[in-house]
Amino acid sequence: MEGMSIIVKKVTQLLCGIIFLYGIYIISHGHLTPGGGFAGGAIIAGSFILLILAFGSDALNLKKEVIESSITESIAILIVILIALAGFFFGIKVFFANYLPRGIVGELISAGAIPLYNIFIGLEVASAILTIFLALVIFKEESQT
Amino acid sequence: MEQSISIILIFMIVGAVYALHAKDLLSAVIACGIVGYGLVICFLLLKAPDLAIVQIVVETITLIIMVAVVLDSTRHELAVQVDTQGIINQIISFILIAGMFYFFYVSIQSLDVFGAHTVRMANAYIEGAAEKTGSANLVTGVIFDFRGYDTLGEAVILYTAALGVMTLLRIQGKK
Repeated sequence: MEGMSIIVKKVTQLLCGIIFLYGIYIISHGHLTPGGGFAGGAIIAGSFILLILAFGSDALNLKKEVIESSITESIAILIVILIALAGFFFGIKVFFANYLPRGIVGELISAGAIPLYNIFIGLEVASAILTIFLALVIFKEESQT
Repeated sequence: MEQSISIILIFMIVGAVYALHAKDLLSAVIACGIVGYGLVICFLLLKAPDLAIVQIVVETITLIIMVAVVLDSTRHELAVQVDTQGIINQIISFILIAGMFYFFYVSIQSLDVFGAHTVRMANAYIEGAAEKTGSANLVTGVIFDFRGYDTLGEAVILYTAALGVMTLLRIQGKK
């Protein structure tokens, strides 16, 4: 895939980081404001997709990144299951028990294990969508050559 | 609010019908976008901003991928000839639509007024959810605490989707 014009590249350089930061904000404030792991993960994946569409697949070393994003995805879903499994060992012995201290409602660090679930679900969603997109881009180019 | 949602729903239905019958596949894809973005406005009007954020981002990414696919292959629809099999299929589908309408009509009669519908489970979640989960956002509290298995299932579905795409599209392993 070829890159786009200089205007698109410049605007992408300016906006891509802001979109990425907004995704991180949506994930980390998921237990306070609307949003959460799924929404923030999709926004982060969108920022990467914007970068790839604007600069083309030659500018980035995509073949390495598809392996890394699928590894990230697998590790993130594994950590979610491990956090849920840790509920067996602390407090009430239930799968998905919220065993960490709750804190004050409305603070950034509160709600026990929910922010951890948010972060790793967000990582999983972002890398899953990115993996699908990268697979569509890379494997098509492989079949052409 | 009901009127505005009805207007948006009519727009969505018109967009979906146009997407089925458009000659140009690119305009059919754009008409599919009407359905998705109309759903975003419906979610906002129904006070579900969490879903609206997810829907607007996923809709945009899906549209990008579909536009890329259409621009890459062809913009013209395949010509379909109508034979007896097709006519029988159409008659069966019309009978099914009529039956669905009848049963929907019967079931809608027994529903509560729009917006007044609450079930016992939802009341149990809403009362004191902030103290039980420690989360100020009730939706996140429900999906990660009360309905944790649900969320795990959704994440595994995405994982399986990525796995399936990687498996189906790779070229090197087939040689």
